[in-house]
Amino acid sequence: MNYLSILVALPVVGALIVGGLRSATDKLIKQIGLGTALASALVALSMALQFDPNSSSTLQFVEKYDWIPAFGVSFSLGVDGIALVLIVLAAILVPVVMLAGWNEAEGHRGSVRQYVVLTLLTYSMMIDVFAATDVFLFYVFFEAILIPMYFLIGRFGGQRATYAAVKFLLYSLVGGLLMLASLVGLWVVSREQLGAGTFDWETLTTLNIDGGVQNWLFLGFFIAFAIKAPLFPFHTWLPDAAGEATPGNATLLVGVLDKIGTFGMLRYCLPLFPLASAYFTPVVIVLSLVGIIYGALLAIGQSDLKRLIAYTSVSHFGFIALGIFAFTTQGQSGATLYMVNHGFSTAALFLVAGYLMSRRGSRFIEDFGGVAKVAPVLAGTFFLAGLSSLALPGMSSFISEFLVLQGTFTRYPVPAIIATTGIVLAALYILLMIQRTMTGEPTAEVAEKVGEITFREKIAIAPVIAIIIVTGFLPQPLLNIINPAVDRVMTAVTATDPVASEGVSK
Amino acid sequence: MHSLLIGLPLLGAAVLLLGGKRTNAWGHYFATAMSIGSFLVGVASFSEMFGLPAEERSIEWTLTEWISVGSFQVPIAFQLDQLSIAFVLLITGVGSLIHVYSIGYMEHDANRRKFFSYLNLFVSAMIVLVLANNYLLLYVGWEGVGLASYLLIGFWQHKPSAATAAKKAFVVNRVGDIGLSLAVMLMFAFFGTVTFAGVNEAADNASEQTATWIGLALLLAACGKSAQFPLQSWLLDAMEGPTPVSALIHAATMVTAGVYLIARSNEIYNIAPTAQLAVVIIGSITYLMGAVIGTAKDDIKKGLAGSTMSQIGLMILAVGLGPIGYVFAIFHLLTHGFFKAGMFLGAGSVMHGMHDDVNMRHYGALRTAMKITYATFGLGFLAIIGIPPFAGFWSKDEIIKVAFSYSPLVGVLTLVGAGVTAFYMTRMMAMTFFGTARWDDDVHPHESPKTMTIPMIILAFGSAFGGMLLLFVADIESWLEPVVGFEHAHHAPDNAILIPVTLAVVAAGAALGWIQYATRDVPRVAPADVSFLTTAARADLYGDAVNEAVFMRPGQYLTRSLVYVDNKVVDGAVNGTAGFVGLVASQLRRLQTGYARSYALMMVLGALVILATAVLVRMS
Repeated sequence: MNYLSILVALPVVGALIVGGLRSATDKLIKQIGLGTALASALVALSMALQFDPNSSSTLQFVEKYDWIPAFGVSFSLGVDGIALVLIVLAAILVPVVMLAGWNEAEGHRGSVRQYVVLTLLTYSMMIDVFAATDVFLFYVFFEAILIPMYFLIGRFGGQRATYAAVKFLLYSLVGGLLMLASLVGLWVVSREQLGAGTFDWETLTTLNIDGGVQNWLFLGFFIAFAIKAPLFPFHTWLPDAAGEATPGNATLLVGVLDKIGTFGMLRYCLPLFPLASAYFTPVVIVLSLVGIIYGALLAIGQSDLKRLIAYTSVSHFGFIALGIFAFTTQGQSGATLYMVNHGFSTAALFLVAGYLMSRRGSRFIEDFGGVAKVAPVLAGTFFLAGLSSLALPGMSSFISEFLVLQGTFTRYPVPAIIATTGIVLAALYILLMIQRTMTGEPTAEVAEKVGEITFREKIAIAPVIAIIIVTGFLPQPLLNIINPAVDRVMTAVTATDPVASEGVSK
Repeated sequence: MHSLLIGLPLLGAAVLLLGGKRTNAWGHYFATAMSIGSFLVGVASFSEMFGLPAEERSIEWTLTEWISVGSFQVPIAFQLDQLSIAFVLLITGVGSLIHVYSIGYMEHDANRRKFFSYLNLFVSAMIVLVLANNYLLLYVGWEGVGLASYLLIGFWQHKPSAATAAKKAFVVNRVGDIGLSLAVMLMFAFFGTVTFAGVNEAADNASEQTATWIGLALLLAACGKSAQFPLQSWLLDAMEGPTPVSALIHAATMVTAGVYLIARSNEIYNIAPTAQLAVVIIGSITYLMGAVIGTAKDDIKKGLAGSTMSQIGLMILAVGLGPIGYVFAIFHLLTHGFFKAGMFLGAGSVMHGMHDDVNMRHYGALRTAMKITYATFGLGFLAIIGIPPFAGFWSKDEIIKVAFSYSPLVGVLTLVGAGVTAFYMTRMMAMTFFGTARWDDDVHPHESPKTMTIPMIILAFGSAFGGMLLLFVADIESWLEPVVGFEHAHHAPDNAILIPVTLAVVAAGAALGWIQYATRDVPRVAPADVSFLTTAARADLYGDAVNEAVFMRPGQYLTRSLVYVDNKVVDGAVNGTAGFVGLVASQLRRLQTGYARSYALMMVLGALVILATAVLVRMS
């Protein structure tokens, strides 16, 4: 079965139906949107069940259609374990976001119809980006996905939405342009070495590129990904964009879309430019560490819930990049798992924060306080989301954070030690936020406006919380999918894990 | 079957939390039953273990594979041996008594069900901590109990002081958790394994340097969880939680986890004398600090908290002494579990009868109004100051003895501490139960209900006989030896000299306390013209002042300036150097229209570049 093309096509079909039914009510439109998302989620999950982690081929569910043969461009899709888990993440989060943010499109410049269409298009392109095995195709969707996201932020955002949307767009475009330059360079090199230029990813990984050239090509890709992920100092667009976007869009943006950056580092930067990746490792590690600490400190200093969550993500993306550039299996598998877990825990934080903000009509922390007394279940859910973000052992995020730290430590002990300060800062930013919003005596406004979590809200968030807790104790099914793909990346960059120097020989 | 030790209380927590209000009517009974059930499983396991020869007593079982990436392979697996069963019995035994006590104590609290679910959560996490067969799973229990502690300290979270204390406890503990993380990372990096068995085996060939680093990292972890200097400040604030919580978590069980961790890692410490010395120093400092703080507190719970800090300091000191000390550290941990939990419950009973007033200056002469509380607290008092034949005498005496054999200086320190302990405990006893009645007219002290007094009586029984039972019946020395090792101390002072000297010091401390607080009037308001040491002790020896000056204030300043820097400098610089200076600036100024167009332009430009290059290359 052509799972991937079905996954790409389903949301587009849904979007067309919604767009075509001119007389449909908002409710019907939302139902169609949710139905489409649920159907895709089923397809994605059954694909995941069909996936063979022990397969000898790098990519599975491969599909290939000619597109621009003159330039060696094809419309080719396929997944390895890393892409698969990210696609599943997207497939689970999109229906969750739609249900959780059932009413969030109302009261904005854009219509509900636009909201659903744009969300579905974004979704379809996410699949394209993760499944593309042609670098040109990847680039096209890497850029194209900006368009629906731009409108989602701009038309459905807060007061500074337009500013935030433009900033998001321009930052991404700058990165995209740099990547484009590298892409052209890569094509030229492939043409020199193979006779005919190609954009086929697997073929490109076999090239032998001169170190100096690698460095330049690497930079083009890396900066694009560092902006997307985002790493310090390219992060300032994120708090603006996530702060202005609706909680649902912020979830898709930070939870899934930004993962394209760290996914790209693993999929493109490392295997295509192994020498350059090694060459730039010290720089990336320093940027990651700065990001971990800087993002956390800024999160502590925020007065706006959504910006706070955005800055926690800057810190978490630092961990992910650190794990990738540790060049150990624990670091890279941990980083990949981190991408998935961070998607879920950020979703939980943004969406439950959204529940709170929609009740109180404010996104500022000072307007809350005492919520635990008037809405204990809502407060408890927010607390669980917070625990996931601070990587409490028993939550899935602990596994990935520890793997990243462990994987970094075996090769780079000092950076790993510095990174552990992040676990204290995480406790601070989460628990300060919890204390300020949830504890104390409720103010009159909180008591009046903040009601208990509704049935719809519960249903939407329950799967996310369940996944966070269950994979905290059973992460191995995911790791079994991720590990072989990471082993291939390790082979591509000719890295091996350091050996325990005082170990007992078994 | 052994998994039920964790499973039952976990089920209790889950049923009460997920069941919500529907379980309000019977939730507390259910939770208590789960805790007692876990205790019974513990007793069954213990009697089974007791019947086996020493080498067959340790069993391991694996629930499932947990994490496997490359050579990093960690199962969810447990180990029940002589050391962990001792903890299991302490946790579930004292835990069950405190469940029963709380039925009465929390009777009028609207959130009683939630309270019991957190208690169950605590018990299950604490058992994970002591049953885990590897350091990473121990970590789950380690932060799990931290979570339960956070929830229970902040149980009355509408009080800002409680919410702040809860957060502080968690954050300070996380500083310690850095140590645990580093220890696990070091173990895997150098030994390739994180299981207790694997690490112990590797310790035979490990370098002293590696062992020292691991030992110091584990000590940092212990400092957080066991409230040892310099991470002690959270424990006094933790008294914001309901008193049964203070008894269970912040006296008898959780705070002793650091002692467990070090005893469990004995093979590492045995080859790392520098790390051992650090443990002894930290333990000694905290032992004396806590005792000094205890002398100045008027809040009965904070006085007991200072005492707990101090007594755990003594245990930490003892585990730092190596194979001559491990057994006695655990011995003291167990007896302390009885008498300190008993006294905390007694304090709760006093508060119950005194309108929740915690200020001992408002107490006095309560021995007639609350006879059972007085008697049970009194037995705890005799046990902690070390009067023979009560529980604390046996364990404390052994620690003082081995401390002398380690170094006369440390020995003298333990002796001085014993004197100060006798002073502050006598002070507490006198201010509460003796002297003149100082309570308000509208306060009518009365004895607590049976659900509260029966647990107190059982714990008092432990305070009285626990030491002898553990030493002579259970033979704790040879019981624990296969796990933590045991050596007789050389050059230890003879009991014939040591015991009289110790008792003389204790008597002197007690006499001072008695003269000052039982024979003279105790002012209802704390006098202000006191010595520098008293002022310092009242301020917790300035632990918080230092934290505030060194970490909090600069931290707040730092985050505030960084927010400014990020908005102005980083944002501005990246915007400015992005290569699109003109475009960004002009577009941001004219915000309303044209973005789709500029985007399209960009795409076209991009496409042109790629086409042009491709064409050029083709032509060449």
